[in-house]
Amino acid sequence: MMEVATRFVFGKELLELAKTNGDFVVCNADTKACGIENFGVIFPDRSYSIGIAEQNLINVAAGLAASGFKVFACTFAVFVTLRCCEQVRNHVCYPKLNVTVVGTHTGLQVGEDGATHAAVEDVAIMRSLPNMTIIQPADAVAARAIAHAAVKFNGPLYVRLHRNPSPVIYDTSYRFELGKATTVRSYGDDVALISSGIMLQKALDAAVALKARGIKARVIDMSTLKPLDVDAVLEAAKATNAVVTIEDHSIIGGLGSAVAQVLGEKYPCMVKCIGIPDVFGESGPSEVLYARYHMDAASIAAAAEKLVRKKIFSC
Amino acid sequence: MANFPKLQVPELKGMARTIRTDVLKMVHAACSGHPGGSLSAADIVTALYFNILNVDPERPRWEDRDRFILSKGHCCPVLYACLARRGFFAVAELATLRKYGSKLQGHPDMNKCPGVDMSTGSLGNGIGCAVGMAIAGKVKQKDYKVFVMLGDGECQEGAVWEAAMCAAHHKLTNLVAIIDVNGLQIIDTTDKVMNIEPLADKWRSFGWKVLELDGHDMEQIVATLNYAKASEGPVVILAKTIKGKGVSYMEGVAKWHGAVPSDEELAQALSEIEGVAE
Repeated sequence: MMEVATRFVFGKELLELAKTNGDFVVCNADTKACGIENFGVIFPDRSYSIGIAEQNLINVAAGLAASGFKVFACTFAVFVTLRCCEQVRNHVCYPKLNVTVVGTHTGLQVGEDGATHAAVEDVAIMRSLPNMTIIQPADAVAARAIAHAAVKFNGPLYVRLHRNPSPVIYDTSYRFELGKATTVRSYGDDVALISSGIMLQKALDAAVALKARGIKARVIDMSTLKPLDVDAVLEAAKATNAVVTIEDHSIIGGLGSAVAQVLGEKYPCMVKCIGIPDVFGESGPSEVLYARYHMDAASIAAAAEKLVRKKIFSC
Repeated sequence: MANFPKLQVPELKGMARTIRTDVLKMVHAACSGHPGGSLSAADIVTALYFNILNVDPERPRWEDRDRFILSKGHCCPVLYACLARRGFFAVAELATLRKYGSKLQGHPDMNKCPGVDMSTGSLGNGIGCAVGMAIAGKVKQKDYKVFVMLGDGECQEGAVWEAAMCAAHHKLTNLVAIIDVNGLQIIDTTDKVMNIEPLADKWRSFGWKVLELDGHDMEQIVATLNYAKASEGPVVILAKTIKGKGVSYMEGVAKWHGAVPSDEELAQALSEIEGVAE
């Protein structure tokens, strides 16, 4: 299976798009984040180095946006959502400026870098800001489509990207539609696995494992985290009465919280949130860490199976 | 400047008195707000809007306008008063400061209030936004200048120095920062809370051209702002001011950072300001 990092596909596509679209500019903060730090080599007038100064990165982006530019401000997610959280809030979201905040190296993929660099709360933070839209590709194909969507988008946007190569899942028929989930597999109505980002492959592997055990799952890719595709969540819940959310993020405030909030209000049913528990990360290979926090395919399948049995028992 | 006859020094002094009385009436009517820093900035902001800035009230988002960011956003009464007197909205609306549904929010909102170039309020950020606007001006080959006003206490924020470094790095010749050096912040004098001196040396060492002036001497203000506007920046003007300037009981008193005058205090303040004209 071919593996590609979403961050590089996104950055490369922006470079391609820049050749025919002169409306956007790029601000960097001295990180090799997604390849657009090389934007200035080809477009020297459209790339601004801000240095290791994330607060200023966002303020400058806001000033550029207020002057009519579409701006991509890019660095590691852990910095761009935390170090300059207030600047994103007050100078991008509040004035509804056309800034795309690109956060790379999200979740436990930073592995060996450890807790200080693992952005496991970025979605929770960005979700709580009014006017913010959040999208996250599940693979390279989606990352490419999302680069196009981001360039067209007008307003505060957070794009969540991933450090390591991950499996290419979609084919050329994939279409990204803002605010719309994608049903990737439909084996049946026993349980719905709703994932976001690169956890999609683990959700798909879990669905296969469940199928072998006679449990028919459907797998949904929630590429837009905000606004959430409420219709897709409700449809899946009504069909299955058992929903598992899977994310490379804290179980506090991310996809799981968003889905649970919708279901709690509109269609209470069995829900299991898979993600990082309320702890800081630690150094180690990301796959080891995923297993440690029961986020690997086997753990997802086991949790889903448990949920289905609970559902049957409670009926 | 679209058909606007620039006010000269004598008229600017009169307009600054009007702006000061507006500020005091606004804060009194709102029962909250920040008179001290609004009054220390009043002469400079008046000079900007009535002599220096190339702006058009009919087209608040005109692409070629000069920009002004009030980085010390809590002092928005002085900005609102200048915008209203300059024709961006009705003077009567000044009475709605901080009221529910008003375009005059407690801190400036660029989408609610015409003429506000950047939403501000959290200190230390306006200058970074000004850097972005200045880069945009250079890239788009526009002639406009970007002015940003900060408080001296605000220079304690690290983001100010990130922006200062960035402006010099990107050789932003079209950027003018003005520091309202009134020497006071909420709790005490700036030197006691967190000493920022030597301020001129700091800015110089960050690669800025430094000018200094008396922030209540209208002749100096107009001459220096015009000089700065014509200079190759980034330029910073350190304006020595008095917090609460124009009202005897407010001058140099820390509590008037965010206090509201009583009816009697307002009457005294207005008569003192009007008395200067006589």
